[in-house]
Amino acid sequence: MRDSEPCVGTGEGGGGGDTPALDPAGGGVPALEVHDLTVSYLKRPVLYGVDLAVPPGKLVGIVGPNGAGKSTLVKSVMGLVPASGGWVKVFGRPTRENIARVGYVPQRESVDWDFPVNVMDVVLMGCYGRLGLVRRPGKAERERAMAALGKVGMEAYSRRQIANLSGGQQQRVFLARALAQECDLYLMDEPFAGVDAATEAAIVTLLGEMRDRGKTVLVVHHDLATAREYFDMLLLLNMRVVAFGDTQEVFTGELLQKTYGGRLTLLSEMADTIARQS
Amino acid sequence: MSAYDIFVEPWASHASSYWPVAAMAFFVTAACGLVGNYLVLRRISLVGDAISHSVLPGIAIAFILTGSRSGFPMFLGALVAGVATTVIIETLHVRSRLKQDAAIGVTFSTLFAIGVILVSVHGGHTDLDLDCVLFGKMDIIMDMPAVFAGLPAVVLTMAAVALAVGLLILLFYKELLVSSFDPNLAASIGIDPRIAHYLLMAVLSIVVVAAFTSVGAILVIAMLILPAATAYLLTDRLWVMMVLSVAHSLLSALGGVHLTVALEVPTAPAAVVVGATLFLLAWVASPRHGLLRLWLRRPAPGGGEPAGEGDTAVA
Repeated sequence: MRDSEPCVGTGEGGGGGDTPALDPAGGGVPALEVHDLTVSYLKRPVLYGVDLAVPPGKLVGIVGPNGAGKSTLVKSVMGLVPASGGWVKVFGRPTRENIARVGYVPQRESVDWDFPVNVMDVVLMGCYGRLGLVRRPGKAERERAMAALGKVGMEAYSRRQIANLSGGQQQRVFLARALAQECDLYLMDEPFAGVDAATEAAIVTLLGEMRDRGKTVLVVHHDLATAREYFDMLLLLNMRVVAFGDTQEVFTGELLQKTYGGRLTLLSEMADTIARQS
Repeated sequence: MSAYDIFVEPWASHASSYWPVAAMAFFVTAACGLVGNYLVLRRISLVGDAISHSVLPGIAIAFILTGSRSGFPMFLGALVAGVATTVIIETLHVRSRLKQDAAIGVTFSTLFAIGVILVSVHGGHTDLDLDCVLFGKMDIIMDMPAVFAGLPAVVLTMAAVALAVGLLILLFYKELLVSSFDPNLAASIGIDPRIAHYLLMAVLSIVVVAAFTSVGAILVIAMLILPAATAYLLTDRLWVMMVLSVAHSLLSALGGVHLTVALEVPTAPAAVVVGATLFLLAWVASPRHGLLRLWLRRPAPGGGEPAGEGDTAVA
């Protein structure tokens, strides 16, 4: 059922033949494996000894307080932030060697939305990795970008300048760009931040569809109230991994307390919710 | 002075003698303007200013080592100095508490001072003089022997640089676009934004040193930023912005030469003044982002008819 489309074949750098055991369709290989990952900014540690093995085909929420290192973890997996220790593997190989299979959706505020490009230009960027140096996107790429825009309900906006979009529409454009990348593993940094309710619902549906097509999606998420219903698995993070597992097992008052420390005013509320539901 | 003297006479009687100056002015502004698009969009305009100053010690050292004022050693010296500048700025910015603006200020002023000292110590008995370095001398082009199409060698070099910049941008359009718009995405798909950054800085250094002798260190920044800043106010598409910035370069070069002939002023400042005038026009009258548009839009917060009023006001 998982579509092992061109993405797999056109991976970087060749030389994949020496690892026949790591067939992507084979069951055993985690989509993402992180071992003892430590990251520091100016000698101040942000992440300590993170261990993770995310099975393929799961929708995973990364939850934790501000400054817990959620974005840093995602960036470090993508190789955007240097690690001071440990390693990361994507489908059994270092991220750099499997770059075509991993898609990254940065935070919406990380780019300048006054940049002189339109929606189609942005979505086409999702095809750049596949094209290689110098080659320009052509008709096939435009069609794929249009299809991706269709999936997020933004076809009608393809020629719109990106500054003239609402926050929710901008986030949809980013998701369409990720879809156009046609990867197997996605890492999304706060895709729900500052979007309207309709967009949030649309994104949730889309993430579910992606998971059902065998994609693995990791989402940095801020809102505990919805984390429980949105994700198959949760990673509770506060500089270290507090817990990682199926949502029902991990979403407990005790573990959340441990993750958020004394800072969680929501906590009693959550505990009540849990008590009521179980 | 009659209107004829100011507007027509310069073209009627001096066109051929000023042809090399006009060509030089255009190639300088076009090359600078093309690179400048990326400086403006990446919000590193001041890095352009920094490099335009800090190539000076590179040029001076190349000059001292080789004793020649032209060609390859100067380019190489400027290239090394330019890239070194960006490396120092980045290092200061990442490895200290300083923000980028302060890092730029510290770096380029120091390097420029070193350059000035080197030039004044070693340049006294040669033709590398500070006035030329600071303000440029475009008029001397007219006295140089023509090599091709009535143009002397420096102008042809500048033309080659402008052409090379244009070709590089055409070739690496998508890489430059994605690394400017979203460096994180670029890195995640294997287009290293740091490499793009340093290549851009290398190209910038070459453009700056090629433009140096005619425009001077102080006015290069205007040539780098004005065309892009003007074009940015006029369009929402990157490639249109590129085309418009070249059009701006052409107009300011021609206008600059015109002022040179009509008022007998130096060409580089004249071209900058013309370019700045075009910028002001764009700022006021840009169809999408101009002040006029904003003023006309403001009294129409809601409803259908106010928009109609706005239309008639424009007409």
